[in-house]
Amino acid sequence: MFTAERVADKKDWLTGNDGEWEVIIGLEIHAQVASKSKLFSGAATEYGAEPNTQVSLVDAAMPGMLPVVNEFCIEQAVRTGLGINAKINLFSRFDRKNYFYPDLPQGYQISQFEFPIVGEGEIEIEPEGSEAVMVGIERLHLEQDAGKSIHDLSPNETYVDLNRSGVCLMEIVSKPDMRTPEEASAYVEKIRSIVRALGTCNGDMEKGNLRADVNVSVRRPGGPLGTRCELKNINSMRFIRQAINYEARRQIDIVEAGGEVDQETRLFDNAKGETRTMRSKEDAHDYRYFPDPDLLPTKITQEYVDAIKATLPELPDARRARFVEEYGIPVYDAGILTADKAKGDFYERLVKGHDAKIAANWMMGDLFGALNKKSIDLDDSPVNSDALGGLLDLIADKTISGKIAKGVFEKMFAGEGSADEIVERDGLKQVTDMGAIEKMVQDVIDANADQAAKVADNPRLIGFFVGQVMKASQGKANPQAVNEILKKKLGL
Amino acid sequence: MSNENKGVDAEIVRKIARLSRLHVDEDRLAPLADELNGILSWIEMLGEVDVKGVEPMTSAVAIDAPLRADVVTDGGVRDKVLANAPKTEAGYFVVPRSVE
Repeated sequence: MFTAERVADKKDWLTGNDGEWEVIIGLEIHAQVASKSKLFSGAATEYGAEPNTQVSLVDAAMPGMLPVVNEFCIEQAVRTGLGINAKINLFSRFDRKNYFYPDLPQGYQISQFEFPIVGEGEIEIEPEGSEAVMVGIERLHLEQDAGKSIHDLSPNETYVDLNRSGVCLMEIVSKPDMRTPEEASAYVEKIRSIVRALGTCNGDMEKGNLRADVNVSVRRPGGPLGTRCELKNINSMRFIRQAINYEARRQIDIVEAGGEVDQETRLFDNAKGETRTMRSKEDAHDYRYFPDPDLLPTKITQEYVDAIKATLPELPDARRARFVEEYGIPVYDAGILTADKAKGDFYERLVKGHDAKIAANWMMGDLFGALNKKSIDLDDSPVNSDALGGLLDLIADKTISGKIAKGVFEKMFAGEGSADEIVERDGLKQVTDMGAIEKMVQDVIDANADQAAKVADNPRLIGFFVGQVMKASQGKANPQAVNEILKKKLGL
Repeated sequence: MSNENKGVDAEIVRKIARLSRLHVDEDRLAPLADELNGILSWIEMLGEVDVKGVEPMTSAVAIDAPLRADVVTDGGVRDKVLANAPKTEAGYFVVPRSVE
């Protein structure tokens, strides 16, 4: 079914004991649909509830219960499909994928096998330090999540919480189009930014809202494909790269030693940084898919798809290009500021009436730095775009210097008030009264007569005087004015 | 199915039984295979019907799937959900350990 035509750049080949190898990577991303209720029941999906309190009798697979499709989930699958430039299938169907596990009460997962709601698509990724790569999408289908097994509450038992059971997932399957760990994580990053911009999934990897299964195989550059292993449920970009690096080396070692790679499912142990067998070959799953008789096929119309298409927001790639074009900020800045919707929206509010580059610098530097330090989301920032804009106004009209502004920002972030209030309260207004500055300059020159005498030979000494005057003014003197007056008085 | 020519044998019955978590006694494997082959060949008769130009039937009733609005209307029935569990603890189902 899959072919992998692109051969990795030579710089990305791995060297074994016996020649060069390239890594072939495909991903299955599970993205939780941002619905309030489950795919087939009216139980809540909210994260962090008490165990088994968000479980309907449908989710618990009680006899005689019937699933009914949540129409919001269908709409989000279509939206996401359009966002990854994919074909939307007007006819799709739910199938049963049969296997037994304690956290799967039905004994099967309702998924879409033969007729997924979304077919082939394509997105562009920008791996760090290399050129953009096109990655093909094989399909996107809807399915139910399983419950959660907890193994560390008792030494001999497993505890099961079905709150997640029945939550709607979109499984997005890529083609095996990636060749390096960096491409794989850039792909996940791109899918994440797209679903967040669309609002179809909130993309919180720590809460498991978005997780990836990674298929890895190795081959001689351009040669026939090797046997792949599937690495399950990896929930951070760093772990994705680590797991691929480890797994590729493991497979190369096996093949070079004359062995064969077993097609199997492996678990990434993020504490040890290695992968290990989860399900061996003998246990290989034969899921015996068949159409779910409890559900009718899902039929949608082209008008329905077109109506959704008309409401799609601007996607990150388009927004980034527009930021560069419209605001004249560097591509790098635009990339950071459009990584998710909240950042882009914040910036667009802030940039109104302010210098675009200065606004970008303040967001990416002081604001993001402070938020990161406290692990606060931008949406919950104590300094909103209006407040930060107020600070930028004070810099623009020279009420305070950029340096003083940094201190004011910290106080704003700590909840001490608006920029105006803090500047007023702490008497931070820049001194622009030329007479006052002139007097300060003269005092400093008088106090350092011997230094002043040397300035003619060593013009760089002026830095010393600027420093002294700024110190005397507690940072409030306008640096430009100080410079000009100093130059005049010192005869430079 | 790829087995339609060869039919079902005792090995296939054993495999399907294991995947379905059904216990089948050794001496029942071959007789079950015979029975299944009988059922399959009976179904094969459908192949004689001419369905040229007929759209595949995808469900037993020709109506559209009913859909729900995305509203929380259910849940909060933990006692009912756990009522039949052989063992529970702190609101969880407790089952024999499922990993090593």
